[in-house]
Amino acid sequence: MTVTASRAAQAGRVVLPRLLAGAGQQLVVGLAEHEREYGTLWLRGRSGQRRPERLIDMVEAAGLTGRGGAGFPTGRKMRSVAGRGEAVVVANGAEGEPASAKDRLLLTYLPHLVLDGITLAADAVGATEAYLCVHRQEHDLIDGLAAAVAERGRAGLDPVPIQITGIPGRYVSSEQSSIVQYLNGGPGKPTFSPPRPHDSGVQGRPTLVNNVETLAHVALIARHGDHWFRGAGLPSAPGSMLVTVDGAVQWPGVYEIELGTAAGEVVMLAGGPAEDLQALLIGGYFGAWLPVEVAWPVRMTQASLRAVGGALGAGVVIALPGSSCGLAETARVVRYLAEQGAGQCGPCLMGLPALAGAVADLAFQGGRGRAIEAIAALLPLIEGRGACRHPDGATQLARSAMRTFIADARWHDQCGPCDGVSRAPLLPIPEDGEEDWNWT
Amino acid sequence: MSHQLRVNPIACNGHGVCAELLPEIIELDPWGYPILRSAKVPPALVMHARRAVATCPTLALLLERAQDRRP
Repeated sequence: MTVTASRAAQAGRVVLPRLLAGAGQQLVVGLAEHEREYGTLWLRGRSGQRRPERLIDMVEAAGLTGRGGAGFPTGRKMRSVAGRGEAVVVANGAEGEPASAKDRLLLTYLPHLVLDGITLAADAVGATEAYLCVHRQEHDLIDGLAAAVAERGRAGLDPVPIQITGIPGRYVSSEQSSIVQYLNGGPGKPTFSPPRPHDSGVQGRPTLVNNVETLAHVALIARHGDHWFRGAGLPSAPGSMLVTVDGAVQWPGVYEIELGTAAGEVVMLAGGPAEDLQALLIGGYFGAWLPVEVAWPVRMTQASLRAVGGALGAGVVIALPGSSCGLAETARVVRYLAEQGAGQCGPCLMGLPALAGAVADLAFQGGRGRAIEAIAALLPLIEGRGACRHPDGATQLARSAMRTFIADARWHDQCGPCDGVSRAPLLPIPEDGEEDWNWT
Repeated sequence: MSHQLRVNPIACNGHGVCAELLPEIIELDPWGYPILRSAKVPPALVMHARRAVATCPTLALLLERAQDRRP
């Protein structure tokens, strides 16, 4: 998929792009250009006074929520870490979601926006250590980030040095407790909570773990204020967000939208459907399928999507054409998610392969009239029974597929696979056999 | 003050002792891992719950006191 940045603004109001203002040339934005485009960062205030907690007030008033998938209020998260001794800030740039490309776009082309955010957050919560975590097999990305950090070091920008850290590439390793465990010398698997990172994280210290896009928004809120931030989006879901649009659209890529934009409008931003569509997968592999007629008018907010059984997730929108088989697409992803588990919790270790097998049977073999029931019986045995949300993500996807493609499912169950099964897979599944496939 | 049960799913290896000692609350899934019918433990079962917690070979079953809720 090509990574493109849109400068398209919403009709009537020209408030975007914000994060992507400096992107679009497919060039890395260096420090000088970054400051020209976004403005200089005044960590100590123009007059030199220091009140770092003011940033937390601003982030809270802005109503910024986490852009990594969970959607937790960022200001509240920062406040839970601040003022409790020497804290640690961890920027999560691992982008475990295989269908998402927005974090990599930010880190590749606009690294200083993220690095500004890390420095601001570290200052606000009183951190003495800061980490930026990306997948360890992404050598080019790590080199680029190291160069950006060095450039900032020469300019004396980051009072708390930012350490670029490569973490294992597995899906569950980008979960926040996994990252904390990895930084503490562990293999990078989710841990049983509590304690949560904000109470006892890296080296047992209060630890703020934020997605890199979230931190990039913090960098803009520090410059322009909370009122400016609320100039985009809805009062209940303010600001802008990055979305990755893929599948049967004209121009797949990363776009910046206002929260509350209709999902159909997002597809139109990407040039519109390339074929007749039957469904949208919103939120990625931790999200949900929605029939296209349901999804089209739904606003891109956590609340609106929840109301129709969906999820905002990390802002992935994938358009499924009518000629594809949604069950086959789901079967491949559930199989991938089953293989990507940490293998720690029984219901996930045993349940996800069973679920993957049942969905694959339905999709590729036909179920002899029993597969739909078998899947329905497995879902409640898996949901909510892991230490992390990994199994819940897989069941949410499978459940939404059984709802959205129920007519197809009945056909498969009674008559065998449909023609769509033979179509080339649409949803990206990362190659296995990567260098850190096995736990170290 | 009421008591709540919780399973640490990472520690649990599915020995199933808890379901034998506390069948009123715990049943096993098809793979032998415990399912709590309800997290809350009625006062009459607290002693039995304590025994199940103490007997778990991997110490994966936890009995916690629910927080007092005061206005």
